[in-house]
Amino acid sequence: MSPFEYAPAPESRAIVDIASSYGLFINGEFINGAGTAYKTINPATEEVLSEIAEGSSADIDLAVKAARRAYAKVWSKMPAAERGKYLYRIARIMQERAREFAVLETLNNGKPIRESRDIDVPLAAAHFFYHAGWADKLEHAGLGSAPKPHGVVGQIIPWNFPLLMLSWKVAPALATGNTVVLKPAETTPLTALLFADVCRQAGLPPGVVNIVTGAGATGAALVSHPDVNKIAFTGSTKVGKAIAREIVGTKKSVTLELGGKGANIVFDDAPMDETIEGIVNGIFFNQGHVCCAGSRLLIQENVHEEVLERLRHRMSQLRVGDPMDKNTDVGAINSAAQLGRITELATAGDNEGAQRWSTPCDLPTKGFWYAPTIFTGVTQAHRIAREEIFGPVLSVLTFRTPAEAIEKANNTPYGLSAGVWTDKGSRLLWTAARLRAGVVWGNTFNRFDPTSPFGGYKESGWGREGGRHGLAAYLKQGEQA
Amino acid sequence: MSRVEIRKTYKLFIGGAFPRSESGRSYEVVDSEGNFVANPAMASRKDARDAVVAARSAFPNWSAATAFNRSQILYRVAELMESRREEFTNGVSLGDSIGKGRAGKIVDAAIDRWVWYAGWSDKLGSILGATNPVAGPYYNFSIPEPVGVVALIAPQDSSLLGLIDLLGAALTTGNTVVVLANETAPLPAITLSEVLATSDVPAGVVNILTGRTKEVAPWLASHMDVDAINLAGVAAEDVQKLAGEATDNLKRVIAPKSRDWLQTPTIEAMTSLLEIKTVWHPIGI
Amino acid sequence: MSAILTRTALLRSTDHDAIKQFVLALPAVDQVGAEGRAAMLATRSIKTSSKVYAIDKAISMIDLTTLEGADTQGKVRALCAKAVRPDPTDSTAPSVAAVCVYNDLVGIAREHLDSIGGQNVAVAAVTTAFPSGRASMAVKLQDTRDAISAGASEIDMVIDRGAFLSGNYGKVFDEISAIKEVCGDGEKRAHLKVILETGELVTYDNVRRASWLAMLAGADFIKTSTGKISPAATPPVVLVMLESVRDFYAKTGTRVGVKAAGGIRTAKDAIKQLVLVNETTGSDWLDPTLFRIGASALLNDLLLQRQKLSTGHYSGPNYVTLD
Repeated sequence: MSPFEYAPAPESRAIVDIASSYGLFINGEFINGAGTAYKTINPATEEVLSEIAEGSSADIDLAVKAARRAYAKVWSKMPAAERGKYLYRIARIMQERAREFAVLETLNNGKPIRESRDIDVPLAAAHFFYHAGWADKLEHAGLGSAPKPHGVVGQIIPWNFPLLMLSWKVAPALATGNTVVLKPAETTPLTALLFADVCRQAGLPPGVVNIVTGAGATGAALVSHPDVNKIAFTGSTKVGKAIAREIVGTKKSVTLELGGKGANIVFDDAPMDETIEGIVNGIFFNQGHVCCAGSRLLIQENVHEEVLERLRHRMSQLRVGDPMDKNTDVGAINSAAQLGRITELATAGDNEGAQRWSTPCDLPTKGFWYAPTIFTGVTQAHRIAREEIFGPVLSVLTFRTPAEAIEKANNTPYGLSAGVWTDKGSRLLWTAARLRAGVVWGNTFNRFDPTSPFGGYKESGWGREGGRHGLAAYLKQGEQA
Repeated sequence: MSRVEIRKTYKLFIGGAFPRSESGRSYEVVDSEGNFVANPAMASRKDARDAVVAARSAFPNWSAATAFNRSQILYRVAELMESRREEFTNGVSLGDSIGKGRAGKIVDAAIDRWVWYAGWSDKLGSILGATNPVAGPYYNFSIPEPVGVVALIAPQDSSLLGLIDLLGAALTTGNTVVVLANETAPLPAITLSEVLATSDVPAGVVNILTGRTKEVAPWLASHMDVDAINLAGVAAEDVQKLAGEATDNLKRVIAPKSRDWLQTPTIEAMTSLLEIKTVWHPIGI
Repeated sequence: MSAILTRTALLRSTDHDAIKQFVLALPAVDQVGAEGRAAMLATRSIKTSSKVYAIDKAISMIDLTTLEGADTQGKVRALCAKAVRPDPTDSTAPSVAAVCVYNDLVGIAREHLDSIGGQNVAVAAVTTAFPSGRASMAVKLQDTRDAISAGASEIDMVIDRGAFLSGNYGKVFDEISAIKEVCGDGEKRAHLKVILETGELVTYDNVRRASWLAMLAGADFIKTSTGKISPAATPPVVLVMLESVRDFYAKTGTRVGVKAAGGIRTAKDAIKQLVLVNETTGSDWLDPTLFRIGASALLNDLLLQRQKLSTGHYSGPNYVTLD
């Protein structure tokens, strides 16, 4: 043990004020839902944080009606520049209340406060700021001279980046003139409910944003509601496919951000120390609960032992534990169910003959935890090389030639992200051009920006979010217009 | 006594070759009066499978060709079509049941449509790409890339122009294609395959099947190695079923739309067959 | 990783071409990635007991420095007094590691330290025509000999940045080797700290190359800066140097120290440096024998923080000594 053990440095939770129960945010006010309530917890401690309303299909109907009314009467009639000003207000309020959001996110999600404070919340505010400016410039977006919004948009978001995914969905939808019914993830509703208060402070007209909490059934009711014009979903490929099938034959538009099994390719000339950081960031950022995680590490065989030795050394320094501690690098797994899924797939890795190595760390006894883990000796045929684990588990493979790296990287139904590490510019561009993935990080990983389109090839989804390209998801184009 | 003409055997076009259907089947194509015209091959699901394999293997090179190169190759197809104008005109007259004069105008439009698409190939990157000003020391750019293997169920209301409208969009964007030709009027599509075979379009980039739409289209819609499908020629009552099957691997689905094929397409014909790839790289010394 | 090799085996030959080949083959450093890592480590929050540890550790690692043209014997004596007992009101505050002065003041410093019970505080001399390094080799060698004979047990030499930047790595290597020879070997040797002057090296790739060059030529420490050039001991520069000593240790089994000098003025800055050490080389380097901080004003800020921790309220500049 190091003599320089960092003493606990907990972020104060005094800044948040969590109500004992929450209703549904519909038409600008909180109402009691028709469904039953469920408990939302802190996954790091299993402490119950609040009681959340489970939105019923009647509640969804109310919310859609509110959104439709707001669309027809207010939002679609408002000059675009005015619409943009509301988004600017929201962005500013999110910045003003940033710490509150960060603490709440960490309490409800289990992610380290360092990440919610330095990444999730600032990026979420930036998304509103960016899209605010688009509101009155849409005719310049390359989507026709007078692109039109869809109308009422139903949005379903995941639990891994609750507030950030909210902003990825809500900001472009509002900027383009749509109104929204948002369903946060079942396990992480609290920052969305705090966002409702931001809408109040911003003076956003009632019904423009409606937030209906609940689980799968609530989301299904939103998807199947006949007066929803567009569905935007981020989550698993399995649910994404079901949604895609469900809306076939309707006039609904849909965009999907789904799973991934991103390859992180390390060539022998890679900038080694930064590569190790990138590997760690690629898979252990946010406990690996990242759809675009670099979950398959492909190392050129002539450096693979060195890379692994450095990686294990670096992983040993990851600080796993209390997410509220400012020095924590890896926090809690979001739910018992997700922990079960990770455990099951890792066991499959053992059974299929891959070699497991986990960091030596003391895991808390309460809450849901999984030590950062790598599997070596993995082949393309292993389940852990094919299925999305969505946890802090890295599968390591090797390759000999660049062509083999490409073949292995692309040998997956997914196509969301990939990483390339090399000091040679031409090799980087050669590799990036051949990777069938929507986002390629060269000598970096897991970077996000509101100006940068994000989204997948193949079974990783339909459409893009962010940047000029992301606007297309919320505007009618071509003959649809 | 007049000379007995030498008839053409109309076959499938897969991987640059002209096989008969592996099923050994053919079907009779007749003119508007019901007279025999030809016995084209009646493709089976296995022919569709082979065509997808051919298209997949042609994809890496075709998608990696320079846009300028693709542009020239497609333009060359238009040149060759021009030299077969009469044959196409006869085919379209027969296939679309219209007079020679009108058919000639449609063939002209089809050739011009090739040229229009040929010119797009090296423009799309500039129009649809972007450098994105991210808030950090990174160079970030987005570029359009072909979606992959595209299945085109050719429209039934146009034997040549409608097909070329779909095909040009898929090829200029760098995709490889499996075409299921107009069911009752497949001959212009087959003539086109002969043009393609003698052009510079690499083998497997375009594969053309003739046969029954109801039989073959579902196999393409459900094929897990097809990345996108245009359902233009699918019967209205089957569209929903096929679109549903296409979700099994989340194909990009282009639903049928009734349109005047003489009208210039929108850019969406091409953007619907493109993915946007975004690349990040640090900027430093 | 490969077996442990001696420095000479690692280099295979001290032929200039071989040296050049070696340093140019070192893995590249990505600037954005290195700065990102350093910035992330700067967010570490060091509180309560760990802060107490870090402050005393930082004090014990200081090379308390005065390198002004206007330096006087009186100033050096005062510096020595402060080095031995940094806080006159609190004898639990540890002594610093060394005082660092110009060559001509080494004798005074050593003599004064010895007279006040500061035998454990080393005297470090800057030599080799510090800070520019622009002198003949004969002068540089004599400069170093003078310092050692006056009682310096640590030599802070500067490298020839002109030679380095022009790609004449062999010349830099030869100079360091020659100074090393003057410093002697064995337990009684003068410890050699090689100043890279990273503020003039332009890139982190160069920082890594210069670090390896110095280690291969026999440096006991690699040191960031003279303190006369800005930027100096920035966190990413120190990070790259720590990575270099870590990798050198893995290859040779020899632990080389790092001295961060220049621009470290506050306790917060110093604690960030210790975090870099802790999470890069590991805690073995959390020792004055392997990590130093070259500073002057820093000591007072550490003492103010120390007083805050022991009394529970904020202190002020009147409660620490000026020099």
